[in-house]
Amino acid sequence: MSQVPANLRYTKEHEWIRLEADGTATIGITDHAQAALGDVTFVDLPKVGKSFAAGEVFGTVESVKAASDLYSPVSAEIVEANTGLNDTPDLVNREPYGGAWMIRVKLKNPAEAAQLLDAAAYSATL
Amino acid sequence: MSETLARTPLYDLHAELGGRLVPFAGWEMPVQYTGIIEEHMAVRKTAGLFDVSHMGEARIRGRDAAAFLDRIMTNELSTLKPGAARYTLMCQPDGGCVDDLIVYRFSETEFLICLNASNAQKDLAWMRSLVGTAKVEVLDECAAWAQLAIQGPLAEQILALTTTLPLASIRRFGFLVGEVAGASGCVVSRTGYTGSAGFEIYLPAASATLVARALLAAGKPLGLIPAGLGARDSLRLEAGYPLYGHEISERISPIQAGLGWTVKFTKAQFVGREALRRQAEGGPPSSVVMFSLDDRRIARQGAIVFAGDTAVGEVLSGTLSPVLNKPIGTALVAAGFTGSSELTVDIRGTRLPLHISVEPFVK
Repeated sequence: MSQVPANLRYTKEHEWIRLEADGTATIGITDHAQAALGDVTFVDLPKVGKSFAAGEVFGTVESVKAASDLYSPVSAEIVEANTGLNDTPDLVNREPYGGAWMIRVKLKNPAEAAQLLDAAAYSATL
Repeated sequence: MSETLARTPLYDLHAELGGRLVPFAGWEMPVQYTGIIEEHMAVRKTAGLFDVSHMGEARIRGRDAAAFLDRIMTNELSTLKPGAARYTLMCQPDGGCVDDLIVYRFSETEFLICLNASNAQKDLAWMRSLVGTAKVEVLDECAAWAQLAIQGPLAEQILALTTTLPLASIRRFGFLVGEVAGASGCVVSRTGYTGSAGFEIYLPAASATLVARALLAAGKPLGLIPAGLGARDSLRLEAGYPLYGHEISERISPIQAGLGWTVKFTKAQFVGREALRRQAEGGPPSSVVMFSLDDRRIARQGAIVFAGDTAVGEVLSGTLSPVLNKPIGTALVAAGFTGSSELTVDIRGTRLPLHISVEPFVK
């Protein structure tokens, strides 16, 4: 069974988002997503300063088997991308909720986050 | 539309071993157990065990069997000795490939052919349509056989723990028939699809689980792990072996695929001979090349190859080479560009330089 931490919000496309105390949010992909992808070989992330609407593609995660789009859970501006994943893309398989976070963003419409799935609702989709 | 997927005799074992089952060529097959890269490296360094029971088998039997095979295949099978196998293509009159196959000779009048899973029924119908007045039977034995492949530098040592067959006496593309793990009637051949040493075992379907369990138990202390179709694909690409539907197909001939060594024009007649000879003499319009990229992105099937801004080809297969730790693949490239050092490939809008390799990445 894949892990679904209770303190995060989720999309049905298998991204997670964590709202931070400073008003930013951190985004990555779920344990279920990394397991389904298999060995991750490349993560293509956007540059700091770029903006995305909720549901828009912000990057790509690629495994031996396939390349998959990453969807922004919320409307947001990138304040940091996890460039460490360039050298260790396999961290996505090992620490999907930890060291393999993908982007940190500034929310454009904080109300959107409340509409995302909670852990119980996301677990029900798996 | 719903499709009923076939299951190999090892289906329950795959589930027990944690295999991730996916649809492949009409079968429910394990794409991986622990991970494609780990399974790939096990085959390069120790050994991996593959269930390839989805592959089909046809028995060709009769007084004219050898002459029949010479007439429908590109390679020469009449010169094959009993106890030996040979790789061959079966072509259409226009030179396109019906399938690629391995033919095993049991006696003067009896052969077993290994067919690709996705082509098995097409192949049987094709062969039967060509029998004519020849004294030969084409028998469908797909359901009778399971197939295991044990591949890797320790494969022979592990297999020897489960059989008294003199494995060292089996040369490459040779085979013996005998008992493995108590199961009789197994065909043990020194063949494979990985570029590493090893064996393929054809065994009665009812014995498959028993033999697979015996091999896994015997090999575990030596590093043998179950391996899935994902690793099988990355292994064969590193080794430069074609996969039907990618490097060879009804529209890509053996000459284009660099498999001219399997086409024996010394035979006076065989299906596809004239078309293939025209290609061999005049040069084909496009050819298959192997390539690597200096990047982390994989160029996958369908990605377009460019010379400057002109599209000159397309990717046929692509993966990450675990041994090289970089993307590799194959592409069909137009004549005149197959030796170019200036080609690029488009991956989701980014053009990356493509480095053509004349040698397989693993020998």
